[in-house]
Amino acid sequence: MKKERTLSVSAIKNGTVIDHIPCGSALKILKFLDFTKENVQVTIGLNLKSSKMQCKDIMKIQDRQITSQEAHQIAILAPSATVNIIHNYEVVKKIPVTLPETIESILVCPNKKCITRQEKTDSFFFVHKEGKLVFIQCKYCEKRFPQEEF
Amino acid sequence: MKTPFQGRDILSILDFSKKEILQILETAEALKKKPKSDLLKGKILASCFFEPSTRTRLSFESAMLRLGGQCLGFSDSNSTSSQKGESLTDSIKVIGSYADVIVMRHPMEGSARLAAEYTTTPVINAGDGANQHPTQTLTDLLAIKQCQKTIDNLHVAIVGDLKYGRTAHSLAQALSYFKARLYFICPEYLSLPEEILEHLKRNGIKFSFHRKISDVLSKCDILYLTRLQKERLLPFEQEFGEELEKLTLPLLKEAKKNLKIFHPLPRREELDSSLDSSPHAYYFEQAEWGVCARQALLALILGKQ
Repeated sequence: MKKERTLSVSAIKNGTVIDHIPCGSALKILKFLDFTKENVQVTIGLNLKSSKMQCKDIMKIQDRQITSQEAHQIAILAPSATVNIIHNYEVVKKIPVTLPETIESILVCPNKKCITRQEKTDSFFFVHKEGKLVFIQCKYCEKRFPQEEF
Repeated sequence: MKTPFQGRDILSILDFSKKEILQILETAEALKKKPKSDLLKGKILASCFFEPSTRTRLSFESAMLRLGGQCLGFSDSNSTSSQKGESLTDSIKVIGSYADVIVMRHPMEGSARLAAEYTTTPVINAGDGANQHPTQTLTDLLAIKQCQKTIDNLHVAIVGDLKYGRTAHSLAQALSYFKARLYFICPEYLSLPEEILEHLKRNGIKFSFHRKISDVLSKCDILYLTRLQKERLLPFEQEFGEELEKLTLPLLKEAKKNLKIFHPLPRREELDSSLDSSPHAYYFEQAEWGVCARQALLALILGKQ
């Protein structure tokens, strides 16, 4: 007898599914991509059981395809995430989530004494990969931070 | 023909290669030997100190005047439009049109790099918060070269507030070019930032941490003291209340004959005035070399060397 599976978060007909987000990071991604301005429908599952990860978050964004640039931005917050574009309930494209070499304007420097926290200017970071670790270094104050600090 | 230094910003010591550092030091020595009193005639230096300074500001102004140039500027941000809420970038755009070179000190880290993006006039970082102080390091290297006759393969102990002491950051990075053996002596909560240690590791520099000067003094060629940067401490750090080790004459019994004591000044309790007459004391000579180092930088940046 075929075992019936139910999804914790309803399927979407068209749009984007961001899966395998480490637990606790979906809300950060939501804040980061700021869909509130676009009036798109977003459903989120938090702390779901996963065969690959002990625990994961998932986001489903109805009728909105995220761009490659946005996928890179997601990599900063959730490097293990997978991004699938959905059409008619089928995955039609997988966007690789890879860390960019530099990150411009989207992050805030955690160093409160960094000039970018005082002046109206875009932030700029260099991404350094050292084995499995990722460090992000501010171009201005030159401070290095582990990726988790963002 | 434009020289490699002409029009360049000086923001961080790592913006220089070893070869370039040596070229600046050689230029400084040449200007010391043979002063050129009208080399920068007609050039204007804007001295923009948003944070207090004595030696850095005056040595830059002295350097410019000794080369025949002129200075304008301020030594207190309270007398500028930043008190009216003007942004740093707006201030720099305007100041850049008034001068040929800008020397800038600011309490926020990265301020000089940001300022340099808003003007085509070269910007020299004279200290940005706890981040970098590249011209102090050029001064230090020049002074080391004078008293040790070399900069290569020296044993250097850097003592004090290594977290907020920007001179310690720039110096440690610069000494990686010269294969120094570094000893860091500081309370645990005032240790060097991770990015500086990472730089040293990446460049294969041997370094170690110690709690007391006496642990390493007998091996050192240079003992570089720094003061506690009380004004930059976070509230929880102020509660530690741990004082820096004080250097006193009896401690120097173990010192090598060629040991020289450096301090970027101003000093506090960490460097007792009884040491001033010691043959190991070199901090006032070090400050004196600051004028030559800055003369060299100004001459090179303004394309006159």
